[in-house]
Amino acid sequence: MKDKYDVIVVGAGPAGSSVATTAAKAGLDVLLIEKRQEIGDPVRCAEGADKEGIKRHIKPDPRWIAAEVKGSRIFAPDGTKLQISEELFGAEVGYVLERKIFDRALAEQAVSSGAEVIVKTRATGLIRKNKQITGIHACSIGELVDVKARIVVGADGVESKVGRWAGIDTTLAPKDIETCAQFLVSGIEVDEYCQFYLGNNIAPGGYAWVFPKGRGMANVGIGVLGSRSDKGMPVKLLSKFVKHHFPKGKIIEMVLGAVPASGPIEKTIADGLMLVGDSARQSDPLTGGGILNALDAGVMAGTVVASCIEKDDVSEKALMEYERQWRETIGKKIRKALVVKEKLVTLTDEQFNTLAQSIKGECDSTMGVFDIVLALFRANPKLLWEFRNLIK
Amino acid sequence: MTVTVNRYKCGYCGACVSVCPRAALELVETWIEINNACNDCNTCVNICPIGAIESVKE
Repeated sequence: MKDKYDVIVVGAGPAGSSVATTAAKAGLDVLLIEKRQEIGDPVRCAEGADKEGIKRHIKPDPRWIAAEVKGSRIFAPDGTKLQISEELFGAEVGYVLERKIFDRALAEQAVSSGAEVIVKTRATGLIRKNKQITGIHACSIGELVDVKARIVVGADGVESKVGRWAGIDTTLAPKDIETCAQFLVSGIEVDEYCQFYLGNNIAPGGYAWVFPKGRGMANVGIGVLGSRSDKGMPVKLLSKFVKHHFPKGKIIEMVLGAVPASGPIEKTIADGLMLVGDSARQSDPLTGGGILNALDAGVMAGTVVASCIEKDDVSEKALMEYERQWRETIGKKIRKALVVKEKLVTLTDEQFNTLAQSIKGECDSTMGVFDIVLALFRANPKLLWEFRNLIK
Repeated sequence: MTVTVNRYKCGYCGACVSVCPRAALELVETWIEINNACNDCNTCVNICPIGAIESVKE
């Protein structure tokens, strides 16, 4: 580790590696730090991701593709089934990834682009000169170090501290977070579809999922809206769900995690600082998907970092270009998704059933998530009046 | 006053850290550290997916 870089990226998940790759390719001197000793592990993710989107960022490799899926099924509480295709499912499924390998492949991409990666190194604070952020304090394998940089990028995930240190309030209210548990269940029969189960007794304010991982395995998980959870609820509900749906399944891994579901936050930049990915709360509040948004935002951030450093201006004003770009794209999508999520979390099981039955006949494999939302609105304008502004 | 984390239960996912209004929690590799900014508001207790956080009020 040197004592000075152009860019320090905090966190080597998809967001951080994407920024690091982009900035390093632009010729910048980049340090990417990861507080864990292993990149990609432990996993905190359901691992579903949009195939075409992922391909824009990294060459597909069977080592990190656990399974490919044809589409998705959504189950209402009474069992009414809606089936939709993968191509049109928005940004969620297509691939079920092996994140442990995927995240490392992304970090390898950053390294081969010229970035330096250091693991077991945690940022503990920001160095400031007047108002400007000029580096980080860190704890690197037990040693306290200071590292300077022109720009610090926080890609430090759901538990992000970098933004808070810079005066950006990224604290999530319980209503703006999904608290999740997942088991990797082995020895079961699953086909090539991702399945989603809705219902207030199944997952209050969230959903349960079954994502095939190949060889008779699946990620089976549950997300509960924070404001409707209580102590340990996700694990308790998941155990019940697995017992019911996969009585013969064997649990060979346990995953815990949380997903920001706040929609766009007020700001993601400061003088000499940007936030990317889950730390910028860029995950989709409806589906919980965050990988592709993180990768896309990482490219935007890396590109803006490069042009700002070239112009020798890393002020908040100069970094506004990043803010503008991601709000125009990811921001618009997650703002819409937030409207849908905020409504869905208020529905009773009877209302879920009514909604699913109302479009059951017209729901086919050519529909995407947003088509379904629109079909639901057309069939139930009164119940879903809040969706009227989603239609252009 | 502070909450305590049962480290034998904790899955070190960081959910608690993200909701703490006082930034009193920190996820360090495989454990949670709590500093004295914690005012025992218990927001984290209900967020923890596995119920590893104990409230002193309980």
